[in-house]
Amino acid sequence: MPIETKEEFRPKIVAFCCNWCSYAGADLAGSSRLAYPADVKIIRVPCSCRVNPMFVLRAFEKGADGVILCGCHPGDCHYSTGNYYTRRRMTLLFSMLDYIGVENGRTRVEWVSAAEGVKFSATMNDFVAKIRTLGENVRLEDIRCKKQ
Amino acid sequence: MQEAMKECNPSVSSQILRERAGQLLTDGTVARVLAWKKGDLPHNPEPAFFDSAEALRDLTYDAFCGANLSKYMIEASKLEGKTLVFLKPCDTYSFNQLLKENRVDREKAYIIGIGCTGKLSGEKIRSLGIKAIETMEGAEEGMLCPGREDTETEDGRGAILTFQTLYGQKTCAYGDAMLERCHVCKGKEHKIYDELLGQSHDTKDAERFAEVERIEAMSPAERFAYFQSELSKCIRCNACRNVCPACSCRKCVFDSNKFDSAQKANADSFEEKMFHIIRAFHVAGRCTDCGECSRVCPQGIPLHLFNRKFIKDIDTLYGEYQAGDDAESKGPLTSFTFDDAEPGIVAERR
Amino acid sequence: MYKIARENLPALCRAMAAGSELYLPVQKNGQVNFAPWEESVDEAALFTGLETLKTVKSPKDIFFPQSETLYTCKKDGKKLTVEPEAWKDQDFVVFGMKACDLQGLKVLDQVFLSDPVDTFYAARRQHGTIVALGCKEPETSCFCRLFGTDCTEPAADVAVWLTDAFLFWKPLTEKGEALTARLKEDGPLARAGEEDNARVEAEKAATRRIVERLPYSHLSLEGWNGDATDEKFGDPLWEELYKPCLACGTCTFVCPTCQCYDIKDYDTGHGIQRYRCWDSCMYSDFTMMAAANNRTSQMQRFRQRFMHKLVYFPANNDGMYSCVGCGRCVDKCPASLNIVKVIKAFAAGEKATAAKADGPALEKAADKGGEK
Repeated sequence: MPIETKEEFRPKIVAFCCNWCSYAGADLAGSSRLAYPADVKIIRVPCSCRVNPMFVLRAFEKGADGVILCGCHPGDCHYSTGNYYTRRRMTLLFSMLDYIGVENGRTRVEWVSAAEGVKFSATMNDFVAKIRTLGENVRLEDIRCKKQ
Repeated sequence: MQEAMKECNPSVSSQILRERAGQLLTDGTVARVLAWKKGDLPHNPEPAFFDSAEALRDLTYDAFCGANLSKYMIEASKLEGKTLVFLKPCDTYSFNQLLKENRVDREKAYIIGIGCTGKLSGEKIRSLGIKAIETMEGAEEGMLCPGREDTETEDGRGAILTFQTLYGQKTCAYGDAMLERCHVCKGKEHKIYDELLGQSHDTKDAERFAEVERIEAMSPAERFAYFQSELSKCIRCNACRNVCPACSCRKCVFDSNKFDSAQKANADSFEEKMFHIIRAFHVAGRCTDCGECSRVCPQGIPLHLFNRKFIKDIDTLYGEYQAGDDAESKGPLTSFTFDDAEPGIVAERR
Repeated sequence: MYKIARENLPALCRAMAAGSELYLPVQKNGQVNFAPWEESVDEAALFTGLETLKTVKSPKDIFFPQSETLYTCKKDGKKLTVEPEAWKDQDFVVFGMKACDLQGLKVLDQVFLSDPVDTFYAARRQHGTIVALGCKEPETSCFCRLFGTDCTEPAADVAVWLTDAFLFWKPLTEKGEALTARLKEDGPLARAGEEDNARVEAEKAATRRIVERLPYSHLSLEGWNGDATDEKFGDPLWEELYKPCLACGTCTFVCPTCQCYDIKDYDTGHGIQRYRCWDSCMYSDFTMMAAANNRTSQMQRFRQRFMHKLVYFPANNDGMYSCVGCGRCVDKCPASLNIVKVIKAFAAGEKATAAKADGPALEKAADKGGEK
């Protein structure tokens, strides 16, 4: 008789990382042998401000359970001001998602520099833990993308 | 039938508009006139261009002329010569915003700001059980006719409208038949004009953000259920987008063939949410809250609730801002300060 | 003819829903549209639904859904499978369609049931039993009379009439008889008497009198027929008429006869769903081809809709117009444009041209290039 085992929920996390700081930060975390869950899929973008609100919604639509954006600290943007625009855009987008009833822990913005491998790993561990408590994303998922 | 409708809004009558437009056409100041044309039912005037004094006899301005003509000025700006356009106070905000974005040409426009005493919604009248309307009377009083105390009703709902319908006479208060946007009117001041005609009267009797606040106070599950049930009515007709003066892209991202979900498929799942959130985001900081999206939605979805949420957030986080107030200032999403709130504030506020 | 007391209508709906799926007009968030019956539909919503003259969307949705999957491709390792979507194989009942909606279905039948038969549509038509409601209190935007439809005599499987106290029920086809037999077993239907017949006839006559008074009932379609292409296509009037058009799809999506669709693929991340969805001739990518689009201006798109309804369709279908006069576009167009205004403008234009000595203007309207 097969033993019923409830598989542990493994969330799908999309992390948009800016090329100059956060992606390098992720690299540093890796070369420093700092662990973070394999549930995090990194997408490298030239600047955090490259992230169109549609990217975030698309990720959720296609089945992501959490989306995190990482960019240079304000003031350190490689393009001087990109992340300041990101900050306003994402604040408004997250507020809208909250407004339509999406759990507000599913989205996050974190500033991670190239030197902050430790912060990168800690952030990802924390975010994944948070999404684990929130469970599967159903409110923003397209039913067609569900695997039957 | 049309006779009774002819002079619906005496704050400025159709006749005065016709005369002034005729003068400007004849003396060569303008090459054409953009206004509203008398419909074939009492409640369906349509936006129209007039290019001769003769054609102007069909020009009308009544309580059903809610359509915002600013967006038509994008096309008119490409034409030879000036276009005379009649703008209500709220329409001037949209024109200013289009001017700021270089979508219209100020030199090609001759703007006559016209008075407004609130506009009526055919849908609301129908929802009050009034249908098959043959004539309507009483709209000239508007919400409150300036200097006419006898039109003031005790309950503050405005003048009484009398309809002759195929099923007998019906009445309702002006205020009960008015468009939602008029209840939260931004004010009756024209923000841009060459000359003014007629008077306006205040129609504001509700708080602009009251509905947004009511939704914010719900639990996440309730909010989700609310928007899910409203948006599941969406038929993807794109009327909200096409009427919107802020949606002036030559090609909309949702019309792109690189986009793997069609702009016309209603999937009753994520598609509608994606469309409406992104549309509201694309006009955030540029939306003047003119209310056209909600006016035209065939399914009566309160689309202004998305735009107003952004406006409310912008006001609280980045300082009061009214798009279209002027044609120069930088928009809230194309500017920043060094000490803006972090996105985490959304979670902290809860 | 049979009858059932008004207060027993929820019971009737339950009885109809017991043996098969049931679709009927239901009010949801202030708007009435056809939807599947659910036990949770309360009486108020049911009566509001049945007493609403026009649903926002026409019931064509039930036979030709706005979006439907045609087949799914799945990839499992190196194995590819294609799974066609199943055809409708269960009987269902549509309750509360109107005479104009039925005429709309006839138009769709011409398109989808002629060779090559659209199997998805055909299966739904085969399994659907339609119970149609005679109209009461028509609106000023109605003009079904123009197309020869009598809104008080809906020729469906079962025709029903709602009065203050009763719903009268008259089966007209075999399918209708079968449904009636099933409902009689369950009880709620009783036989109607002579006085009931008279009552229904009186109500119908009253409605017909109103129809005669409707502002659009006596329009003329003179000049609109399958042979009018040359004459109407190049008319300069189109250049004037299209101008307020916002290029949204409201008119096409609420229309009971608009049948154009688009076929697209949706990538689900683990396969491809090929689906079709309604398309609108008002959209810039309508009939887009690899090279480009054959209609490049909004004037051309606008003209296409009305030429299709009043000229091209009759040319290919023995004179049948693909407008049924339901008036939904009249009610819903954001810019208050509609087919009636087009018909009227052409009638007025012809009068004006006839008055001019220099004969009809046949100059071809220059097709503007580029996007509107």
